[in-house]
Amino acid sequence: MSTDTASGGGFSDTETMTVREAIRQALREELERDEDVFVMGEDVGRFGGVLGVTGDLVEQFGEERVRDTPISEAGFTGASVGAAATGTRPVVEIMFSDFIGVCSEQILNQMAKNRYMFGGKTEMPVTIRTTEGGGMGAASQHSGTIHTWFAHLPGIMAVAPGTAHAAKGLTKAAIRSNDPVIVFENKQIYEQEGEVPVSEDYTIPLGTASVEREGDDVTVVATQRMVGESLGLADELEGETSVEVIDLQSLYPMDTDTLLKSVEKTGRLVVADESPLSYGTHAEVVARVQEEGFFSLDAPIQRVGVADTHIPFSPVLEEEILPHAEDVRAAIDRVV
Amino acid sequence: MVSIDIETEDGQREILRRMLTIRAFDTKAGELFADGELPGFVHLYIGEEAVGVGAISALEEQDYITSTHRGHGHCISKGLDTYQMMAELYGKRDGYCNGKGGSMHIADVDAGMLGANGIVGAGPPLATGAALTADYKGEDKVALAFFGDGAVAQGQVHEGINLAATWDLPAIFVVENNHFGEATPMEQQHNVEHLSATAEAYDIPGFTVDGMDVTAVYEAVKEARERASSGEGPTFIEADTYRYEGHFEGDHQPYRTEEDIELWKDRDAIETFKNRLVEAGAITQEEFEEMRDEIEAEIDDAAERAKEADYPDPSEAYEDMFNATVPEINDFAARMRADGGER
Repeated sequence: MSTDTASGGGFSDTETMTVREAIRQALREELERDEDVFVMGEDVGRFGGVLGVTGDLVEQFGEERVRDTPISEAGFTGASVGAAATGTRPVVEIMFSDFIGVCSEQILNQMAKNRYMFGGKTEMPVTIRTTEGGGMGAASQHSGTIHTWFAHLPGIMAVAPGTAHAAKGLTKAAIRSNDPVIVFENKQIYEQEGEVPVSEDYTIPLGTASVEREGDDVTVVATQRMVGESLGLADELEGETSVEVIDLQSLYPMDTDTLLKSVEKTGRLVVADESPLSYGTHAEVVARVQEEGFFSLDAPIQRVGVADTHIPFSPVLEEEILPHAEDVRAAIDRVV
Repeated sequence: MVSIDIETEDGQREILRRMLTIRAFDTKAGELFADGELPGFVHLYIGEEAVGVGAISALEEQDYITSTHRGHGHCISKGLDTYQMMAELYGKRDGYCNGKGGSMHIADVDAGMLGANGIVGAGPPLATGAALTADYKGEDKVALAFFGDGAVAQGQVHEGINLAATWDLPAIFVVENNHFGEATPMEQQHNVEHLSATAEAYDIPGFTVDGMDVTAVYEAVKEARERASSGEGPTFIEADTYRYEGHFEGDHQPYRTEEDIELWKDRDAIETFKNRLVEAGAITQEEFEEMRDEIEAEIDDAAERAKEADYPDPSEAYEDMFNATVPEINDFAARMRADGGER
């Protein structure tokens, strides 16, 4: 598996843009490339998406291809399954991942199972884009990080970009996939800037992680917002502790080889992900590393995440709950 | 254009043939299940034949349908092969889903059959999606969703229909009101006398037809198809019908009496349609009996062959999860095995 995606895997022409712009560029390029691709969701058209991701796409592609839906996640997510099975490639936006609660039937029993249940004879090229994460004072029903549920669900692929280049590459790969992929976007990093390959051919293969910064003393496997926080921390610790930072990028399938290779070098592992800790994404990384890399480890593996709570409203409480760089630092201090 | 023209004698015989095939197939499936031959559950369509055959005969070959957990009748109406269906019921490799779906999940997307479904009310949003593809690509195809009276209480049904109505999609929604949502009478699940009344909420045409009369169902769906195909959006049709058997095979049915069932059997769809054809001189009683015997022999043969067919190789359990290769599945499977190796 290629891990050379930090620089865009050989795509040298880059532009600085935000995560939001990178996703929009991915959508624009895929809408241009393939007539079968269309975008649907609540207010994705003229309104441009409540978080502004779809922006002005409707002006370029029209209301047929960037279509506003009624507020009915079960209806349009179910429709995306029927549409994907019959020859189109829907890209569905579910405004906040917490709302997946009302359409989990369509993902759980239809989207994820049809291909297998029908003996491999049905294609399911559907992409769901949804937002996760706290930090905006949006309270419990608009701040959850639920990606573990769907990474755990057989039949669904799940990705979660931590940088602008990952956001573009993963979104494009999801749309081109003939399997259902959920792209979990952390809404706190939409404004985060980075270098993004401008090539229309640039994608990140599903199932690959990215070594964003090399280091020797400890590996931090991070997702979404925790990638940037960990990179900042690694800069701060320069000269003191050499931190290797990996953006996990693909939750399922997962790039175990890159994780093992890193731990073989550093001997220490911290996993940082903004989801609840019990039975979480962290646990999956830990399990894989200890199953095959146990003898590389020089210290117990540490987890940084949310302490099995919902996300509260009050800024003081929210700040307490969410994982930050200092939590990663504390975890590193425990093992180095 | 329709897939079977009910105006012609050939068409009438084909409609009769398909209804008889469903009756024979499900009678056989019930017997095999009672004998312990078939794993899982089976839900029989006996009594409701006029709805599936009437509706699908009025569609064109290229049209899509979605089905329910009681899907054998829809499959046969859509022209699916009874041997492959029987093989699926047995869990054999020759089945439509290579033995991975079973009775509740028979699908043949190439034939426009988007799957029987174990989830009550799952079909309407899927049909809306298939209709969306047709509309998006400008293809002359419509999508018809079958669902039961029980499903009308499910939220996703309303969301699916509302979406199709809002976007004027070429969809047809057919409620098979067989009077019971599992074991609970329809009247205890809905506050309206006719489920077709719900169509008003979407501002689409809605009406109730006699689901024991194959011609009535056919005419209603033919009209709905013309409407859908000409861009006028979906139609909601309630077909008033009855299931002669339990919700599932083995259901002891405390919710009704033998007399209730007999009242409906007096209006049996196959018998009624056959009598009409005999009167019109389209078929003789002898020809009908010959046709029935021939179909029953075909079904017996299909069941016999299915019984003898090969099971899938156990390793096939790890196939068909994704289009792409995912290393996890084989790695985990190998790790789970006692010897840690390939099977």
